[in-house]
Amino acid sequence: MILTWLIVEVFAGGILAWISGRWGRLWPRVISLLTLSVHMVILIVLWVHYFGPMSATPHSPFVIETTHSWIPQLGISYHLAMDGLSMLLIMLTNFLGIMAVACSWNAIQERVGFFHFNLLWIVAAIMGVFLAIDLFLFYFFWELMLVPLYFLIGFWGYENRTYASIKFFIFTQAGGLLMLVAILGLFFVHGNATGVYTFNYNELLGTPMSESTARWLMLGFFAAFAVKLPVVPLHTWLPDAHTQAPTAGSVALAGLVLKVGAYGMIRFLVPLFPEAALDFSNVAMGLAVAGILYGAVLAFAQTDIKRLVAYTSISHMGFVLLGIFAWNELALEGAVMIMLAHAITTGALFILVGDLNDRIHTRDMGRMGGLWQTAPRMGGVALFFAVASLGLPGLGNFVGEFLVVLGTYQANTTMAVLATLGLIVSVVYSLWMIQVAFLGPNHLGWKLPDMKLREGAIMATMIAVIVWFGLFPQSILATARQSITNLQQIVATTRPEEKTQAPVDAPNVVLPDEWEGP
Amino acid sequence: MLHLLFLVPVLPFCGFVVLALFGRWLDRRQVAAIGVGSIGLSALFALLVGFDFVIAPPEGDAFSQSLWTWINVGGFTPHIAFYLDSLSVIMILVVTVVGFLIHVYSAEYMEDEPDGYARFFACMNLFVGSMLTLVLADNLLLLYLGWEGVGLCSYLLIGFWYTDPANGRAARKAFTVTRVGDTALLVGLLLLFTKLGTLQIQPLMQLASEHWVVGSSITVAAAGLLLGGALGKSAQLPLQTWLPDAMAGPTPVSALIHAATMVTAGVYLIARMNVLFTLSPVIQTTVAAVGAGTLILAGFSALTQRDIKRVLAYSTISQIGYMFLAVGVGAWSAAMFHFMTHAFFKALLFMGAGVVIVGLHHEQDMFKMGGLRKQTPLVFWTFVAGSLSLAALPLVTAGFYSKDAILAGAWASDAGGRWLWAAGLCGALLTSLYTFRMVFLTFFGEERTPYHLKPGVRLLLPLVVLAFLSIVAGFLDLPRTLGNQPWFSDFMHTSLPETKEIAGSTERNLQIVASLVSIGGILAAYYVFLREPGLVRRLVITPLGAAVHRFWFVGWGFDWAYDNLIVGTYVWVARANRADVFDLPIRAIALINQAGHIVLSRTETGRLRWYATSVAFGAIVAVGIVVFVT
Amino acid sequence: MASIPMEQGLLLAGVLFVIGLTGVLVRRNIIFVLLSLEVMLNAAGLAFIVAGYRWGQPDGQVLFLFILTMAAAEVSVGLALVLQLHRLFKTLDVDAADRMRG
Repeated sequence: MILTWLIVEVFAGGILAWISGRWGRLWPRVISLLTLSVHMVILIVLWVHYFGPMSATPHSPFVIETTHSWIPQLGISYHLAMDGLSMLLIMLTNFLGIMAVACSWNAIQERVGFFHFNLLWIVAAIMGVFLAIDLFLFYFFWELMLVPLYFLIGFWGYENRTYASIKFFIFTQAGGLLMLVAILGLFFVHGNATGVYTFNYNELLGTPMSESTARWLMLGFFAAFAVKLPVVPLHTWLPDAHTQAPTAGSVALAGLVLKVGAYGMIRFLVPLFPEAALDFSNVAMGLAVAGILYGAVLAFAQTDIKRLVAYTSISHMGFVLLGIFAWNELALEGAVMIMLAHAITTGALFILVGDLNDRIHTRDMGRMGGLWQTAPRMGGVALFFAVASLGLPGLGNFVGEFLVVLGTYQANTTMAVLATLGLIVSVVYSLWMIQVAFLGPNHLGWKLPDMKLREGAIMATMIAVIVWFGLFPQSILATARQSITNLQQIVATTRPEEKTQAPVDAPNVVLPDEWEGP
Repeated sequence: MLHLLFLVPVLPFCGFVVLALFGRWLDRRQVAAIGVGSIGLSALFALLVGFDFVIAPPEGDAFSQSLWTWINVGGFTPHIAFYLDSLSVIMILVVTVVGFLIHVYSAEYMEDEPDGYARFFACMNLFVGSMLTLVLADNLLLLYLGWEGVGLCSYLLIGFWYTDPANGRAARKAFTVTRVGDTALLVGLLLLFTKLGTLQIQPLMQLASEHWVVGSSITVAAAGLLLGGALGKSAQLPLQTWLPDAMAGPTPVSALIHAATMVTAGVYLIARMNVLFTLSPVIQTTVAAVGAGTLILAGFSALTQRDIKRVLAYSTISQIGYMFLAVGVGAWSAAMFHFMTHAFFKALLFMGAGVVIVGLHHEQDMFKMGGLRKQTPLVFWTFVAGSLSLAALPLVTAGFYSKDAILAGAWASDAGGRWLWAAGLCGALLTSLYTFRMVFLTFFGEERTPYHLKPGVRLLLPLVVLAFLSIVAGFLDLPRTLGNQPWFSDFMHTSLPETKEIAGSTERNLQIVASLVSIGGILAAYYVFLREPGLVRRLVITPLGAAVHRFWFVGWGFDWAYDNLIVGTYVWVARANRADVFDLPIRAIALINQAGHIVLSRTETGRLRWYATSVAFGAIVAVGIVVFVT
Repeated sequence: MASIPMEQGLLLAGVLFVIGLTGVLVRRNIIFVLLSLEVMLNAAGLAFIVAGYRWGQPDGQVLFLFILTMAAAEVSVGLALVLQLHRLFKTLDVDAADRMRG
């Protein structure tokens, strides 16, 4: 019941925000903020209750589950379930939702009600994606997420918004349709094999099918998730969409939409087609490494600061893909960690660039320079998130990236070593961005107001979260552990020989738990 | 007392956080109090802990303290934990004490900065905190945290005067080049964890010596990757190019980060992981060879520089080359001893140079200095003390004892020991030459630029203290031939392997040769640079002399090669592909659609007769197909 | 009465149809276009009659009656359109009415 409430509350809040837009511009903002804040409180209570230090280990894979019959003739049910992985991602969605509302407080002045309606519906639909366990319901939320996002880019975006929004829509829609075909294919394959026609994830797991069927269905899912993630040849919608979207839209895209792709791979793609995914893993890891390096090189080449940040996303999401296809505990935990940390760092960078754009009305890095002089707090914050995104140890991104390459090293040494090159090139673009925008001489003589209280509060929160992720990542990793173990078990039962376990090829070494000197 | 260990790194971090958050609301006095005070307290606790450690050594000569579990995933459980043994005791003492003196110096040195006083101290505190984390880390991941942290601070402080793009470039170069090494280190971490199942240093060393065979390929790979990290951080061949440019930062930064502490992190890493390097003799010999090569190359470059800070920078590279040589030949304690004495005299030289530079209105060209001996006698005498120590004047300076230990170790080495010793000796001659070239050009001769600064006590006190240390620190480790009181070596050997002994008579002969070289170098410098300056001038104008001079001046062309081969290619590829080649097919699809749209909409003429014709033609074709084809 | 061979009837219908089609395609005056259309319709009707005669069935004649009624309706609509066209464009040139071009 609580899961339904989690989604409905945000949908309802969105409608209310739209209606309230008639009464004034403040109303939708307040209503959205209240909705999401209440939601956050609920989520934190749930988190502490189910995943806190006092909670017992759950017996079933999911800690909360809701099922209602929906279209029984077609085996479609309204089936929501939550485990540690979805818990984390929903909290992230909610957190970034609050940040998105907060960063739009002054920037959005037109059709405020409709804006917040779209924003909340994106948030709600993404939460639906993270909770849906019935594949039909999953697809429903998946598509539902697109439309408000399309409006968000198309109505409130920058100068080239129409192009960007249509490109985004066509890319994701094409991927989504391939996934729909694959879902239906899986539905019929399962029905033919067992006589039970169902969209229920738990029942579809372990569906017997031929190798080529599995490969094609897996590729169908991969297409949809790869567009969202994005994986390198399919990424070109992202720089345009991120650049043209309003700040809140960029935050939602980078922070949430990209994570949906990764979540889909972890939850659906690999568990549903374990062997096909294993066969595909070298290709996928190759694409991941290509993405890491390619995104970084292109980020460095950009002159539009928002586009630069957008390309860094491609680079970072390459690590996530790498971790998913390495498929061992280290790599998966790392992938989850990067998803969270990247969402916050990149979200923060987009908010910062948005704040900057509100002040100087350009995103062209050629027209920046020396801004540290006039806005040192902004510079400091930008520097913080730049070094977070280049993977400075002690901040969240590093934990994720290190775990991913550590896990990948055990699965595929070459790929891991190539991926570490990404750490070098990420320095190049991050420092270049800081140099061009904030350092150097202030040759255009900018005089900007430095960060305001609202902006500062947003940034301070996000900085605190990243530091927390970096120094105490265990609270996050422990939450995700149970669900990752479950997914690994699902896969391990199907794969004939599980190569991802027992990574250490040294003789059985028993280490003391607490080492006390030689 | 040992339980207060965590305060040593934590206090500087606290200073950083306070200054970073509230720096802009504090006045200069408060900023200095927090910035210097945090390091002072940290140094105090380091002294207390170190004292306690020496007086009452803990069980096993090591103490560890775990704060919390950092990560616990799939058998990978690094803690935020500190490990103290004699090696880290020396490291934290040098870092905090020298760091404290440099902070005191900076409080006055940076006072005239229009803005960024708080930023400066915040970064310096962050640096000291990271450096202490690096040397105290109980596992390699935490070490890596400190390792990257000091790299970040180095970047921030080299680019401290950010309005000049050249400084930003130097800062980015430093970060990027060291990051290349860091990445090798990271891969080394991956390898070590995958093969041995832990990153905790002490168990790791134990497991490595139990399970790995000497000289096996796995040890070569592991040690080689760690060496990659060390090369980057310690500015050794072929990753040394960033350090001379790093002199763009304020002088206290050069003293602290780019001379005394951070750049020796590579030496620390190799010493810390000594078991691994002992297991792979190939890599250990490589370390020695790299050290020997670097110390000579950097020595020649130092000889040709005009900028006083660049001389010191090349000198630093060269002296770290000695430390690499030492760890490469297994003279572990000699390396740490040289690290300590080098920290004292090089910090001193940088800070002395800083006073001179400020006094001459930020003039750094030595050929525009001169005659400063009379204007700043105290700076002059401390500078000479540091220079003598650097040039290893026999018997009375610390540099002599540490360098002597290294040369003896090189002689004793099995792997080409004579050659390494000869390289070290050659480097010693170069050291004397460039050091006293610097001294004579700066402090002797006629005055070329008017001097105006009257240094306050906060500038002078650190100089005096360090000059004292540069002279007396050598007596901590008297060799057998001269008193035989190897207190430092004995202390080091509780955590590092013993050094190979050589015969007493050989050692005495080596010392005599080294002494002669040192004194000879100083005298030669006097003759060539002060008595007969025309000699060099004539040599440099000959075509060959000019070419060689130029080649040494630009650091043997490494920068040129890297800029053209790597940086140039990367930038070119990135710029060429700015529009993203993968977007082209997508745009092509869109274009094809648009073209189709244009063509087909042309057929919609709006004319009835055209439509009728089309219908008729279509009907004929359709009927034709039905009749003739089927 | 000697029966006319089917071939000749169909040939006549074909010729008439082609004449009508040519008229539709080449004439620009809309009145003539309508007239040509009538010719085409009648050609089709003739073909039906010939075919019905050939098979001895009444269907051909029935269809011709349909065509007659349809042609009448078509002419009334067509003439109304002609009036409108003339009112709008002050001409009977059918090519003038090309506002729906792409």
